[in-house]
Amino acid sequence: MPRTLNRILIYTALIVWTIIALFPIFWTFSTTFKVAKDVQLGHIIPWVDFKPAWLGLRAIGLSPDTIFTESTPRTEFIKRFWNSIQASIGASFLALILGSAAAYGLSRFQYKWKIWKNRDISFFFLSQLILPPVVLAMPFLVLYKELALLDSMIGLILIYTLSVLPIVIWIMKDQFDTIPQELEQAALVDGCSIWGAFFRIILPIAMPGMVAAFILSVILCWNEYFFAALLTSSYAKTLPVMVASQTGSQGISWWSMAALSSAAILPLIIIGIFLERYIVKGLTTGSVK
Amino acid sequence: MSASSTAASGQDAVAATVSPERQRFGRLLIRASTLLLGLIIVAEILYSSGVISFGFPNWQPVLIAFVLWSAALCWGLILRDGEAGWRALFVLPAILFTLALVIFPTLFGFFIAFSDWNLQSATGRQFNGLDNLRQLWADPYFWNALGNMVFYVLTVLVQYAIAFGLAMLLNADIKAQKFFRVAFLLPFMLSPVAVSWMIGKSMLEYRFGPVTNLLRALGWENPSLLTTPWLAKTTIALMDAWVWIPFMMIMILAGLQALSKDVQEAARVDGATGWQGFWQITFPLMLPVSLTTIVLRVIFQLKLADIVINTTSGGPGGATDTISSFIFREYKDRSNVGYGTMIAEVYLIIIIIFVALLLWATSRFMQRHS
Repeated sequence: MPRTLNRILIYTALIVWTIIALFPIFWTFSTTFKVAKDVQLGHIIPWVDFKPAWLGLRAIGLSPDTIFTESTPRTEFIKRFWNSIQASIGASFLALILGSAAAYGLSRFQYKWKIWKNRDISFFFLSQLILPPVVLAMPFLVLYKELALLDSMIGLILIYTLSVLPIVIWIMKDQFDTIPQELEQAALVDGCSIWGAFFRIILPIAMPGMVAAFILSVILCWNEYFFAALLTSSYAKTLPVMVASQTGSQGISWWSMAALSSAAILPLIIIGIFLERYIVKGLTTGSVK
Repeated sequence: MSASSTAASGQDAVAATVSPERQRFGRLLIRASTLLLGLIIVAEILYSSGVISFGFPNWQPVLIAFVLWSAALCWGLILRDGEAGWRALFVLPAILFTLALVIFPTLFGFFIAFSDWNLQSATGRQFNGLDNLRQLWADPYFWNALGNMVFYVLTVLVQYAIAFGLAMLLNADIKAQKFFRVAFLLPFMLSPVAVSWMIGKSMLEYRFGPVTNLLRALGWENPSLLTTPWLAKTTIALMDAWVWIPFMMIMILAGLQALSKDVQEAARVDGATGWQGFWQITFPLMLPVSLTTIVLRVIFQLKLADIVINTTSGGPGGATDTISSFIFREYKDRSNVGYGTMIAEVYLIIIIIFVALLLWATSRFMQRHS
């Protein structure tokens, strides 16, 4: 009997937390399809409490009846969405290239430049994690103005790369450390160059780690708001900035806000459901031995 | 930069085979490109200060020159050092990238911090010595924000306790473990800006948000969650917890799964001893993972900004302000660049000291317990 009770308690706790975790997401998706009356009366369950309407999607021009017509909000939304994709994928790729190479070097070779050795170089990279965005924000604003990079995609990609690079190096170094060195030694004996061994032997084995680092970077860049809000205005503005600017204005309809928020979180929910394994791998690297 | 390999000792011989002509060419390449970069920077400085009349309209050529210089440096090192140059090529791009994007802005930031500079005023930048520091010392909003940061950092411990509980639940022998794991992880994936609207603006809406409705149904007559100062602070902390608990939970879960099976069996005894088993076996074994998780989480917490900016903008009356959101308003609403940067630099120094102490304390603690 205590065992059954124990089971019931465990499942109750699990279900309660599932509701806590998922209800806000459900609420946002369902509000997309509510008219003003349903929102104000606090209706929750679709088809029972309220009749779903295409309001939210119509507001951003993506409902079945507006999808083939001209729509200014849709053009704007797609532009921001595309900007977010460019910024997060671009920065993650750049960080993965720079970070994997650096992590491999730090994992395999002993560097020495004046008094700096491997440990110091690793610490230099990881210490960037501590740096809060506010410290860099203002100098970057002034700097980008002088470099004509303000409100440009390249500027945004550069700063996002900088912010995810330490995480990529951390994950990849841990990944390379687990690969035995005998593998490339054999390749070197066969006449392979060190870069040849890196590309042909090591990178294919390190693929799971690279996928994990890449996905984690994409998530962080996709959600980034602080730099995007300060460094972009009309051209390179990303989706989070668009969502944030809409919340401020009064009188914006609930369903269109809900539609925008849903669009901002949907790609990540899909990634979360299908690639959960890699996210967990990325998050737990280096901390659990 | 010189490098020697631990992996392939036989390869060192290759470095010696670099011919003198190649070495000379490599050296020449590095020197010439450094000279070119220096020339472009000097020319640009002279042009922008009005000494010479021809130059580029902005500093972008300097950036391009830096990229070219980096490429020339890498190539030159390969030519000069052979094998060692190829090895240096692994870390050099990342180092040059980080240096260019961090060191220069940080130094430049200190330069801005000691000046009176409002982007909207016509006077432009003026050096004002320690005035910003004095203003900061007397600014109640700064000290208030710093106090709030202490509160937000302390909430990490509560988040840790909840995360530990959830990780234990997921580690128990349950069905549909994968479903629960994904469901619990999802809040962490969401953009803080979207969360601010989803929860802060919509579910906590005073008139008809589902949470306020629920609280009213439970007998709370006036659930003014975001307008009463202490309640607003707690609400922000709860939203932040909702986003970040999954992160800690995943770390702890991985730690629990790494424990050996007989340890888990020993700890998992039914009834009254289950609680003791946890405190005597599981918890001490989990200390290293727990400390790593908490330290990482504290470092992230020191950057807390997005949720505050988008839910309350620091209100009511600065009750929910973090340092980052305070500086964000200083920049965005008042364009007060000089003062905002001074706060940021002071904050940077505070957190460097704090994190260093935290890391030192954890490593001392770990040594004593192992």
